[in-house]
Amino acid sequence: MNAIKKAGDFTNNFAKNWAKFVIKYKWPVLIGTLLLALGLGSQGKMEFDGDYHVFFSKSNPELEAFDALQEKYTKDDNIVIVLAPKNGNVFTRENLVAIEELTEQAWNTPYSSRVDAVTNFQHTSADGDDLYVDDLSYESINKTDAEILEIREKALKEPLLVHRIINEEGSVTAINVTVRLPGVDSATEIPEVTIATRNMVSEFQEKHPQFDVYTTGLVPLNTAFFEASQSDLGLIGIMLIIVILVTLVLTRNFFATFSTLVVVLFSIISAVGFVGIMGIKLTPPSAVFPTMIMTLAVADSIHILITMLQKVRKDGLGKREALVESMRLNFMPVFITSLTTVIGFLTMNFGDVPPFWHLGNITAFGMTMAFLYSTTTLPALMAIFPIWKRKTVAGKLPKIGLYHKMGLFVTRQPVRLTFISLAIIGGLAYLATLNVFNDEFVEYFDDSVQFRRDSDFINDNLTGFYNVEFSVGSGESGGINNPEYLENLNAFEDWLNNQSEVVHVNAFSEVARRVNRSMHGDDPSYYQVPNNREEAAQYLLLYELSLPFGLDLNNQINVDKSETRVTATLKNISSAEMIAFSSRAEQWLRDHTDQPMHSIGVSPTMMFSKLGFRQADSMFKGNIIALILISLVLMLALRNFKLGLLSIIPNVAPVLVGFGIWALYKGQINTGMVIVFGMTLGIIVDDTVHFMSKFLRARRELGYDAKQAVIYAFETVGRALVTTTIVLLAGFAVLSTSSFALNSYMARITVIIILSALIIDFILLPSLLILISRKSEATEEVQELQAQVQLDK
Amino acid sequence: MRKSIFISIALLGTIMGKAQTPEERGLQIAKAAEEADLGFGSSIVELKMTLKNKNGQTSERFLVTRTLELTEDGDKSLIVFGSPKDVKGTATLTFTHKVGSDDQWLYLPSIKRVKRISSNNKSGPFVGSEFAYEDLSSQEVEKYTYKFLETKGSLLLVEQDPVDPKSGYTRRIVSYNKDKGYRIEKVEFYDRKNALLKTLTYTDYKLYKNKFWRAGTFTMVNHQSNKETLLKFSDYNFEADLSEDDFSQVALQRAGN
Repeated sequence: MNAIKKAGDFTNNFAKNWAKFVIKYKWPVLIGTLLLALGLGSQGKMEFDGDYHVFFSKSNPELEAFDALQEKYTKDDNIVIVLAPKNGNVFTRENLVAIEELTEQAWNTPYSSRVDAVTNFQHTSADGDDLYVDDLSYESINKTDAEILEIREKALKEPLLVHRIINEEGSVTAINVTVRLPGVDSATEIPEVTIATRNMVSEFQEKHPQFDVYTTGLVPLNTAFFEASQSDLGLIGIMLIIVILVTLVLTRNFFATFSTLVVVLFSIISAVGFVGIMGIKLTPPSAVFPTMIMTLAVADSIHILITMLQKVRKDGLGKREALVESMRLNFMPVFITSLTTVIGFLTMNFGDVPPFWHLGNITAFGMTMAFLYSTTTLPALMAIFPIWKRKTVAGKLPKIGLYHKMGLFVTRQPVRLTFISLAIIGGLAYLATLNVFNDEFVEYFDDSVQFRRDSDFINDNLTGFYNVEFSVGSGESGGINNPEYLENLNAFEDWLNNQSEVVHVNAFSEVARRVNRSMHGDDPSYYQVPNNREEAAQYLLLYELSLPFGLDLNNQINVDKSETRVTATLKNISSAEMIAFSSRAEQWLRDHTDQPMHSIGVSPTMMFSKLGFRQADSMFKGNIIALILISLVLMLALRNFKLGLLSIIPNVAPVLVGFGIWALYKGQINTGMVIVFGMTLGIIVDDTVHFMSKFLRARRELGYDAKQAVIYAFETVGRALVTTTIVLLAGFAVLSTSSFALNSYMARITVIIILSALIIDFILLPSLLILISRKSEATEEVQELQAQVQLDK
Repeated sequence: MRKSIFISIALLGTIMGKAQTPEERGLQIAKAAEEADLGFGSSIVELKMTLKNKNGQTSERFLVTRTLELTEDGDKSLIVFGSPKDVKGTATLTFTHKVGSDDQWLYLPSIKRVKRISSNNKSGPFVGSEFAYEDLSSQEVEKYTYKFLETKGSLLLVEQDPVDPKSGYTRRIVSYNKDKGYRIEKVEFYDRKNALLKTLTYTDYKLYKNKFWRAGTFTMVNHQSNKETLLKFSDYNFEADLSEDDFSQVALQRAGN
């Protein structure tokens, strides 16, 4: 029994001594922490990684499958430059010359390995026993009107081109530049390609203003990630202004505001140092760390400052005494809330998405440092600055009255409020289950992002951005020329083409048909796969010998000629539809072909489609651990097992409410939102801690009954909870303006959760506290005598 | 001996280096290499081509190459595929030309027909390998413009720019070994954007008839795709005494059967 009291005294004395030490050695402490922050900061490095691969852990099965496919064929990222001539016809001499010119230019793109355009399409034709494989339009400047008309007809009949390189009307065309990024340093490689592409496009537009130009593809996607990171990092500016305003309003003291600013800046500088030391490259999810740290760190300072200023203003304490008293009262709560926040953020490591590991770790480090600076730099600074005493502030009564009234409101009808709350929470929890995962990466970006607008145009007018690829095997070396294989591949191609989601199919069977036709004097009745293995193999050999640099078949046939790559380009469909489509295709192969031809659909699109599920699965364990750890911390802090257990309700309910409301708002959740449970748990638990500790204090120290204790808790911490909630809401509201959905959705749902946490802590929690105390009034009274409350203000 | 004459020409070239532009010097070296190999008449060689991807998975093809030396125009060559099985007997006949596009025919045993290939495109990969057709065809002096770069020990480095606008390369850097009859030790290929694409290394050289250097192994490494192709040659047969008749369309059909 006395151990608890001793421990309590110990923390009390520890906090007091700490404060006295800091005040006594204010200058050395200030300089020491300044040096620490600058020292860490000097290690800082802000590098960005835009490669979409960063979203996948090394062991991600979809990534492994996709990498395996790329190893088999060619590893390629691409840039799709789409040209829409204003005259609505690609096939004019002027336009073809321009396209040829841009195609030529595109070969100069860094790391380019292939350029596909309508002009350099390798058209196959026969003339007696001669086989011609040549550019569809070479030296277009010399073409006659009749020849251009012929080119148009050929192009619009070519299944490899239509819906991929040209639209049905011949009014929009694409140049697909394939690049092979070495992948050594995506932070330099991607910008290099992007800058070259942008320069090329702007020069082209200057010279050929008759075109509208749009750009999409995996490299522009990477660039969009890159730029999203940078612009989200920029949100810190707005946040800084908000922090200054909020602190100024709450403390009404210039020096307090300044000191808060110093603490948050030190924390952020230290976190930047951590980023550098750990060699973390920032990605859109992790680039929001400064705003996160600022939002969360400011709360620590505000608690300490408000108490201190209150002691000076209201209780008339001297600066030094007020500071020591504030430290004594706040040290433990700030420590506990920092600890739970750190636990919450560290649970992100359980997930399967590396950028969120980074976000979790950087923020956890920043919060640890924020705790350190709030308890050293902050009191040191406040000890240095003068306090200008003002008259005791009148007009505080109505505020207290407000919270008092809220207390009365709850104590009057705890049973009814509990039932209503639980009913609402239950209803919303049910709705929460109706959310579906959707990670359409084009839709990660809102309309303010050029990449999104361009991709939308291309989706609407030419082809799809999403695809699924299958590596279809024959089971033997050279087996792709086996007529049976070709027949089956052809049937698969036809089946894919008949699916409503499919925009275009690229399969080797098409090449086989086309070459077969040319080998038979361009007779259309031979537009079918060859029915003799030797013939097929020898035609393929002939065709391959006829292809120019960079336009070979190595991107769709493996070295051994035992497997070919089938690419289905899809419309904009949701992740769930994507997964359904892919499994339908896999099932078709299982039903209609032999084992070697069975294949699994892979692609960046598929990787993202399954990312949310994977993250949710892996985070589940992390969330449970976070819940247990945080509940344990609470039990220890409150020194009450039952209330610690009870705290799970107000801690978990806001997340259910948040996702329930989200189901009504959007109904679709993405990978970024999976982390909010652990993260918000660490944050909203603060409300519960503060409220419960005040409740307990009233019960134990002041001997109040449950109802009185609730009113007491409202009066003492009501305002503090509202103000920290306002700060948090402001921070996450800033983040919710991000143009990047992984961040903005996460921030938006966090806003909902934090707000509902406050409401739940003001309505359901006190009601529950009253109800629970009624049943066990007797046991409580025993404890009342022993307990010592540390979580105090 | 002829060789000593060339060496003295080369030495003379070095001495007179100051008076020579790098372009002249480069052309001179290329010509010296051509001269050094003059007079081999004809040859037959078997070779094994091994394709390797990044993961080390391999695939093999067996070929027989017959070459006929011609001086007034480019050499003629006939390549017969021995494997994979389904292309066995397929054969290509190529007439290289010093100026203009080469002529190329392919014999397809499955349909017993000879097809002429429009050979504007010779920059593509040869049967899925890292060799382009243009890397394997007869290296006529007229197909490039030259620029001497530097001397590295016994190696002379010459930049060669292809004349053909449809070539896949902007330039090649060729290392000639001046001490070994100007045989080529290494070629570096730069792609259209002037980035290093491939390196071809010649090893296991053997001297035939005390005059003609022939490498036993060609190793082509693609630096961008990390794929690799290895050519392993059997001993060259210079005694077959092939004639123009062995390089006709009829011979092409015959060779395939």
